[in-house]
Amino acid sequence: MNPTDTAMDQRLEALEPEAPGAPRRMVLNMGPQHPSTHGVLRVILELDGEIVTRAQPDIGFLHTGIEKQAEALGWQQVVTITDRMDYLANLSNNLAYVLPVEKLLQIEVPPKAQWMRVLLAELSRINSHAVWLGTHALDLGAMTVFFYCFREREELLRLFEMFSGQRMMTSYIRIGGLALEPPRGWDRAVRKFIRSFPEKVNEYEALLRENPIFLKRTQGVGYAPLEQLLDLCVTGPMIRAAGLQWDIRKAEPYSSYDQFDFEIPVRQESDVYARFLVRLEEMRQSARIVEQALDGMPEGPWKADAPRVVLPDREKMKTQMEALIYHFKIVTEGVRVPAGEAYVPVESPRGEIGFYVVSDGGTKPWRVFMRTPSFGNLQSLPALFEGRLIADTIAALGSMDFVLGDVDR
Amino acid sequence: MLPAEIQNLPTPAAIAAWDAGALTGGSCELGELVLWTTREKLVELCRFLKHEQKFTRLVAVTCIDRYPVEPRFEVVYLLHSIERNERLRLKVAVHSSDAVVPTVTGVWAGANWYEREVFDMFGVRFEGHPDLRRILMPDYWQGHPLRKDFPVHGHKYSYKDE
Repeated sequence: MNPTDTAMDQRLEALEPEAPGAPRRMVLNMGPQHPSTHGVLRVILELDGEIVTRAQPDIGFLHTGIEKQAEALGWQQVVTITDRMDYLANLSNNLAYVLPVEKLLQIEVPPKAQWMRVLLAELSRINSHAVWLGTHALDLGAMTVFFYCFREREELLRLFEMFSGQRMMTSYIRIGGLALEPPRGWDRAVRKFIRSFPEKVNEYEALLRENPIFLKRTQGVGYAPLEQLLDLCVTGPMIRAAGLQWDIRKAEPYSSYDQFDFEIPVRQESDVYARFLVRLEEMRQSARIVEQALDGMPEGPWKADAPRVVLPDREKMKTQMEALIYHFKIVTEGVRVPAGEAYVPVESPRGEIGFYVVSDGGTKPWRVFMRTPSFGNLQSLPALFEGRLIADTIAALGSMDFVLGDVDR
Repeated sequence: MLPAEIQNLPTPAAIAAWDAGALTGGSCELGELVLWTTREKLVELCRFLKHEQKFTRLVAVTCIDRYPVEPRFEVVYLLHSIERNERLRLKVAVHSSDAVVPTVTGVWAGANWYEREVFDMFGVRFEGHPDLRRILMPDYWQGHPLRKDFPVHGHKYSYKDE
């Protein structure tokens, strides 16, 4: 415990002195280490019996200064730290970072790279939702789902490893295209997984959808009206479970999402159960997108023709003077990005992620602001907690689907 | 005052019709609209944008440190209108000697954490904010890490109290 824990002190001070005859209040510290907080989140709860009267999240335990670090790294190097923010959907983060940088550089990314990015982003959406579903169900006491979901997640991590050599910190999407040529046999491996996946989603659904315990613990729990959620900067599945059909992949398509056919699941109830149904359907839609990407994958190069930004092929570097010079410049000096600023929103599994990138024309970013969905979503925590039962906090917390690395950066 | 290429865009035109002095500049590069306003007009303009122009979503509030240039800080409001499918960045320039901006938490409740983050990281104060405390750094932290004159590896840290 640090010596100046003002958040807790303030709450305790606010309670005293207790008037005689007044209802007894209690301040309860939840976290920072708590099995259901999925990371290091601390919530200070004020209780009146079993009812939460005030909930105050305390964040920052996973703050690692990623935005500051980004200003000290080269443009390409920043990709590697974006993996470490939202460690369940790192490919979405990679994509969200490279898009504004490519916009500033005005690079045309070849279709194959764009489709491959879509495919990988959707696989990471499935990965993220699978982890969410498993842990959320585990919080509510359903252990089997956890094992089922992590079985699929394991296969996905093997796929990511096949592409990038890394299971979690992939850094596979780079400025100008991809990090490596897609490995031999990638399409067969992905197809094998995605063929069997809809069947697996049916299994999850069968375990939970009509499970009386799950229904009792989720229906009508964690309700908040759409206007309030929008006002609190909430995005993603939480908004769609509250009745707004808004998905950045459709509204502001990036990376050729406009060429894919998929639906945006919407529910009206805005409770934990509705969020579960929305994410379940999103997994199916992601599988559809991956299938389409596999079937229609364009031929051609997987990186842009931008010699000042993209490293040349090894063969060219050994035979062409120009390529050797560019290689030397990129490796020793780094990529130069024209002065300016750009913001491109991306639909991550959790909501709107966007990197607001500012360049002064140098080889390092001047400022990289990371608008992360978890930060905005977590802000709605008091709205979902206050006035409800303390037993429901765990269900409401899980339904927000935040990643603390993404909140604190 | 506004450059010719953005004068006829719907949002700047509507703002100019509402209050000619609300905007002090603007640009539209790479298809992204950026408008500059002043501290005095900020809250009223935000209210106008939210209620009259349907910019219902505040995406984020952030800041850019232009050290050593003065005015040093640019406080940036990223706005989004779902209905019009339009995005807008609103900027306010702030001097380091008087780094105070009025809060917009009264317009969008969600500005709360973002303004706390800007305060924590840059030391820009938000006047009227209901709960302006550090959010990511510990309460006893000295300095504001995302300022350009704050070293990347931090000041020497003493563990003697723990």
